[in-house]
Amino acid sequence: MRWETVIGLEIHAQLATNSKIFSAASTAYGAQPNTQACAVDLALPGVLPVLNKRAVEMAIRFGLAVGAVIPPKSVFARKNYFYPDSPKGYQISQFELPVVSTGSIEIEVEGVKKVIGITRAHLEEDAGKSLHEDFHGMTGIDLNRAGTPLLEIVSEPDMRSAADAIAYAKALHELVQFIGICDGNMQEGSFRVDVNVSVRRPGEPFGTRTELKNINSFRFIEKAIAYEVERHIDILESGGKIIQETRLYDAERDETRSMRAKEEANDYRYFPDPDLLPVIITPEEIEAVRATLPELPAQMRVRLVNDYGLSDYDANLLTSSPQMAQYFEKLVATVGGEAKQCANWMTGELAKALNRDGFDVAQSPVDAVALGGLIKRIVDNTISGKIAKQVFDAMWAGEGSADEVIAAKGLKQITDSSAIEKIVDDVLAANAGQVEAYKNGQDKLFGFFVGQVMKLSQGQANPAQVNSLLKQKLS
Amino acid sequence: MHTLSIKQLSERLQSKQISSVELTRYFLQRIEQLDPSLNSFITVTPELAITMAEQADALIAAGNAHPLTGIPMAHKDIFCTEGVRTSCGSKMLDNFVAPYDAHVVTQLKNIVMPILGKTNMDEFAMGSSSESSFYGATKNPWDLNAVPGGSSGGSAAAVAAGLVPFATGTDTGGSIRQPAAFCGISGIKPTYGAVSRYGMISYASSFDQGGPMARSAEDNAWLLNAMVSFDQRDSTSLRMPEVDYKAGLNDSLKGLRIGVPKEYFGEGLDPEVAQLIRNAISELEKQGAIIVEVSLPNQNLAVPAYYVLAPAEASSNLSRFDGVRYGHRCENPRDLKDLYMRSRAEGFGAEVKRRIMVGAYALSAGYYDAYYLKAQKVRRLVRDDFTRAFEQCDVIVGPVAPTAAFNLGEKTDDPISMYLADLYTIPVNLAGLPAMSVPAGFVKQRPVGMHLIGPYYSEAKLLNVAHQYQQQTDWHIQMPATADVSGRA
Repeated sequence: MRWETVIGLEIHAQLATNSKIFSAASTAYGAQPNTQACAVDLALPGVLPVLNKRAVEMAIRFGLAVGAVIPPKSVFARKNYFYPDSPKGYQISQFELPVVSTGSIEIEVEGVKKVIGITRAHLEEDAGKSLHEDFHGMTGIDLNRAGTPLLEIVSEPDMRSAADAIAYAKALHELVQFIGICDGNMQEGSFRVDVNVSVRRPGEPFGTRTELKNINSFRFIEKAIAYEVERHIDILESGGKIIQETRLYDAERDETRSMRAKEEANDYRYFPDPDLLPVIITPEEIEAVRATLPELPAQMRVRLVNDYGLSDYDANLLTSSPQMAQYFEKLVATVGGEAKQCANWMTGELAKALNRDGFDVAQSPVDAVALGGLIKRIVDNTISGKIAKQVFDAMWAGEGSADEVIAAKGLKQITDSSAIEKIVDDVLAANAGQVEAYKNGQDKLFGFFVGQVMKLSQGQANPAQVNSLLKQKLS
Repeated sequence: MHTLSIKQLSERLQSKQISSVELTRYFLQRIEQLDPSLNSFITVTPELAITMAEQADALIAAGNAHPLTGIPMAHKDIFCTEGVRTSCGSKMLDNFVAPYDAHVVTQLKNIVMPILGKTNMDEFAMGSSSESSFYGATKNPWDLNAVPGGSSGGSAAAVAAGLVPFATGTDTGGSIRQPAAFCGISGIKPTYGAVSRYGMISYASSFDQGGPMARSAEDNAWLLNAMVSFDQRDSTSLRMPEVDYKAGLNDSLKGLRIGVPKEYFGEGLDPEVAQLIRNAISELEKQGAIIVEVSLPNQNLAVPAYYVLAPAEASSNLSRFDGVRYGHRCENPRDLKDLYMRSRAEGFGAEVKRRIMVGAYALSAGYYDAYYLKAQKVRRLVRDDFTRAFEQCDVIVGPVAPTAAFNLGEKTDDPISMYLADLYTIPVNLAGLPAMSVPAGFVKQRPVGMHLIGPYYSEAKLLNVAHQYQQQTDWHIQMPATADVSGRA
């Protein structure tokens, strides 16, 4: 008897605003504890929240990118609970009227495309951090993070496997970076994934679900789901019932554990926050945001394959990050076309060098304009593709632009027919025996002659001309 | 000098007949002599006051001072004042020295009005008698056996006894107007949003509003000018129309339509109070106003709705008082839960605890719709009543409270009876309208106040009506015997 897995994801993306969602304190990561928590973040008596407009814009950007409805009015609500990392004793979140309503995103799993529904996305403030080490049985509270804007993205329970879940999480991870609303840094907690898992017999209603938290990599998502699904099945097959609860994933032991010793249902007593006005979003504002959206990665991939004839592999690599996509666009623009060749250079020499030296494409010593300059010199026959690799290495080492390196090293391709002819003549004259052998049928020697000409010309003779001249003279 | 109006004090300071330092010392001495029997101050700040007075004198000497510069004042202890204890009348904040100034405090510091101290109040502004203060009850200067009203009882008593020419108050369900009425002074709660709530410790966010308390409508007009200003740190702050609240004080009342709600004069209203209010209304009629009967049909639902909504907001607003970052913390907490429970149990008084529990209950799963949501709908009904009434009249007049001040201790065992006495003031806060209290007589030597309610942004009109009334009556000029220092050893 088969079991079907049902998965939904709740993703918290930290929005890349400069200041917090309800105060002017900085959101920069890594500061000394409690140096980026102002009076409002500390919940001193008498302080009040003021909404950060940019956070709303970013939420709208997200909504547009997933084709969602942006309701004209949304409301902030207080989620009441006591914990030291939540100084007010409540979190300002959204409950009945979120800023983004239903949308969807397409994923691809083993070549099969699938649409995953997004139920809603809402704005809320992050809590501070509780630090349990170094405090001798006590807990240290760092409120730097308190008030950082979060977009909580809730999916429909449309996923049926860990592969689905990972594809969805990765698609959103890529998307939020692409549209510039989140830096996607999972180690720093900018992108947090909670997984809701349940199982059922096909055709039956949804089973009881459990929520898994504390998963901070895509790999762990897979492992956590695998463990939890098996746990559910074991319980159900032995006649037991699943307890609806939150469980922590322990990466070291590869297991999930219940978060609470006894089930303490929290009644959050949500009510609209009277310190904040409803957020009114006009169609004009939505269109203004839409106009600033870049091309989305999925759209770009389609374009690269259809218009430029690139392979799926190339298209994926070039859209793997906003920086890669921007680099590619700039490169093609600089060269004035030649998309395939640009793609080859990026997936080939550039990728190799970046990986070798551990650089991100944004840190590349050879920027798109510089590389474009190099490719232009191949296209206009100034240098051959082979020489270009030498030039690239020199540029990477900081020796200047393509033109500067070519000039400095005298690498210009020799295209003067008479000059090449002279070298060809010299080679044939110096290798009379091989010429004889070639004329007697040893066709493979042609490559030898090409090699000799290239050697004598330091690789700079135009290969096409070398070929045609040799053919002429050897026939 | 404590009988002089703000205008007169201003004239004397500007013409250098008296210095701000002299004036400040004068009031500080009165506080020292008279406040022990009144307990209207929680904290007196003589050094701060003198320092500010010296600054004021320098500005006046330079010749370009604001008309209010140098006039001493006091803040209700709900306004954060930097470097000064701000207790909100609670043990929870007995050790809290505010690290910043409220917007209102900054506004008045910019004008350099010397701060004499922080006045007593019901704990966290929850109350109508100032008896729930951790620092003990304030006495009514007119009768030391009577309450001064609440929650701004300290400010009201201090002004009434001439310890300070003016004090700030806050009003969530009547806490400026009712103590003003009980103490025979004038106070105004402006349109919700007119005065910034930044730094004004929250009780019920959608109701709280700050305002002036002084000895006449004219004084209040001067002070309201200084207190009303847009503040971007308060998301509920309004950009009020640019109005000089003094400008229309002398407008004629001829043709003004005074609405008298028929629901006001029912059972529960003390007949002597009723008579005084009717006399006051007649006085306005004499000045040319037209009396119109209006109706506020949902008037009787206002108090129950308020006592669901305000505690609900308060239960959440007071969650930050947890012993973690500031305020009272219990000794030797065993764990987090113990820290929270004991710090809050020790720090909060009985009335605050009652309201937190009521509020949490009203918001809890299964009860939200029946209580909180329902009360919000009633709130709209009450507001709509006023909207309809104001189609037929310009100002609504009635009593501030059903009785004059009650005795100390009389209602402490019967909170509900204290709640019900807010029946006239509460509807105003539900609707967010501006309203005033001005002295209208005495019942058994305890003051009674007339309530004036206007449409949104009609503060100037209310002050005008009150001022014209005060030109023809002298209730507001009278001072209690306890204000008289002469003859004391």
